[in-house]
Amino acid sequence: MSDDRPTLTRHEVAHLANLARLAVTEAELDLFAGQLDVILGAVARIGDVAAADIPPTSHAVPLTNVLRPDEVRPSLPRDEVLAAAPSVEDYRFRVPRILGEEE
Amino acid sequence: MTLNYDDVVTRYDPVIGLETHVELGTASKMFCGCSTEFGAPANTHTCPVCLGLPGALPVANASAIEYTIRIGLALNCSIASWCRFARKNYFYPDMPKNFQTSQYDEPLCVEGYLDVDVQGNTYRVGIERVHLEEDTGKNTHVGGATGRIHGAEYSLVDYNRAGIPLVEIVTKPVEGTGELAPEVAKAYVTELRDILRTLGVSDVRMEQGSLRCDVNTSLSLAGSGVWGTRTETKNVNSLRSVERAVRSEMLRQAEILDAGGRIKQETRHFQETTGTTRSGRSKEEATDYRYFPEPDLVPLAPAPEWVAEIRGSLPELPAARRTRLQAELGLSTEDLQQMVNAGVVEAVASTVEAGAAAGEARNWWMGYLAQLANARDIEAPALPITPVQVARLIALVSDGTLSTALARQAVDGVLETGADVDEVIATRGLAMVSDTSALTDAADAAIAANPDVAEKVRGGKVAAVGALVGAVMKATRGQADAAAVRTILLERLSVSE
Repeated sequence: MSDDRPTLTRHEVAHLANLARLAVTEAELDLFAGQLDVILGAVARIGDVAAADIPPTSHAVPLTNVLRPDEVRPSLPRDEVLAAAPSVEDYRFRVPRILGEEE
Repeated sequence: MTLNYDDVVTRYDPVIGLETHVELGTASKMFCGCSTEFGAPANTHTCPVCLGLPGALPVANASAIEYTIRIGLALNCSIASWCRFARKNYFYPDMPKNFQTSQYDEPLCVEGYLDVDVQGNTYRVGIERVHLEEDTGKNTHVGGATGRIHGAEYSLVDYNRAGIPLVEIVTKPVEGTGELAPEVAKAYVTELRDILRTLGVSDVRMEQGSLRCDVNTSLSLAGSGVWGTRTETKNVNSLRSVERAVRSEMLRQAEILDAGGRIKQETRHFQETTGTTRSGRSKEEATDYRYFPEPDLVPLAPAPEWVAEIRGSLPELPAARRTRLQAELGLSTEDLQQMVNAGVVEAVASTVEAGAAAGEARNWWMGYLAQLANARDIEAPALPITPVQVARLIALVSDGTLSTALARQAVDGVLETGADVDEVIATRGLAMVSDTSALTDAADAAIAANPDVAEKVRGGKVAAVGALVGAVMKATRGQADAAAVRTILLERLSVSE
């Protein structure tokens, strides 16, 4: 199994860093590509022990349909909510101008 | 635009697709208990879950799931026996979590269709998927001239809307509509809106954004069967705009193709004022949302019994209702289609239910009320007058209390004051003058004021009495029965016909 495990290229790391809005230097790209590759390899070893009768799963608990009734519950006090904002104007979260997107 | 639309549709076949977002009318949000009330003061409907605070855990709203299944069933979809929510990751301040909880490769409803009628033809619009997600917060862009993001200095965010259950309904590409593509697009959204309203799952108000539409358009060379590059037009916020957006996009693309150019795959924005689209974000680089199954929400597995129960509780849908009303009201298919186009089917049916004759109800909603509505750029049922009030007016006309002209004045009064029909008639003194002595006095006055005319009538020119009738009608402000006035005048002039 370990021979055909996925590998992560330097190019892919750069792409992921961009999507995550992380500024990564050229030197870090080399470092992280190698490290992430090792991590992926370690995780991929789970595949080695998974037998054919064990289906892939996204959740650790065997539950479905955990639902709540459609009932309104109190929201947080607005002062408390806005206290967490770096900047507030007119009871709204003030954010820097949005670049490169057109709504 | 220099191109002629008829000319464009002889050379190109349009392919359209529609993505519609519907805010569900649940009381609480999708994954938390915050209220969904529209128009509340900014940021008063938020909590740790919808603000994405660390450690907060979402729990899905059972009614939102049920509403989505109702929509899926009404659109002839299969309901998934098992599906999951997914995280759609992106950085944009409209979601404080930096992701939107949505569905990706496992939507709740798939493979349905909706039939729409346009100009006597039925078009089957395939439904690709109906999935459940959460709405985002509302950004207000400050600075810059137009409130647009471009040129803004900063933005203000209200998270009241963030987390309201939102259903996305995606059609398959619709081919073969030819020149009627804009009308088919509009008819689809109209029918969908009426279904959603009938299902009681949303208030479907396009002007408040609870129903929003994106329109995909592409052109292929006539007969080639090879689809062109499509564009996605956003910001289409009224039924009329759906039609205009498709038409203007067809013309724009045809002009580029005629000149040997190629269409850029991009998002465009519909502009209400010009009826045209403007370029937005280029989509050449596919967006990478890094979807993955939402770990904080366990899978949904609607039991077949539950789905069957929901199916059994679906109300009569608009298409079936129309067929029934057509038979019950004795309407021709053409009449019905006109009523559908004007959006007055339900109003007419309710007016008939309130006791009016079908023909009269139709005439009022398609006639005077439609005129008033057109002048205000709305559909007649949006006028502040109820079917019960219209039925009352019809009854008053048929029992002779009002003439049609007076009934129209009464409508004006109801719309202006919000008062009830009888109140308007009383306060404005609109009832017909049926008091014979009052009419006789008015007739004598008219004869005295027009001696020449009176002499002509006495001399045998009976038709000349019309001028005197007009004078009496004027004196009684149109509130007399013209036929009765004529009879009284001829009596007073001692003339018989």
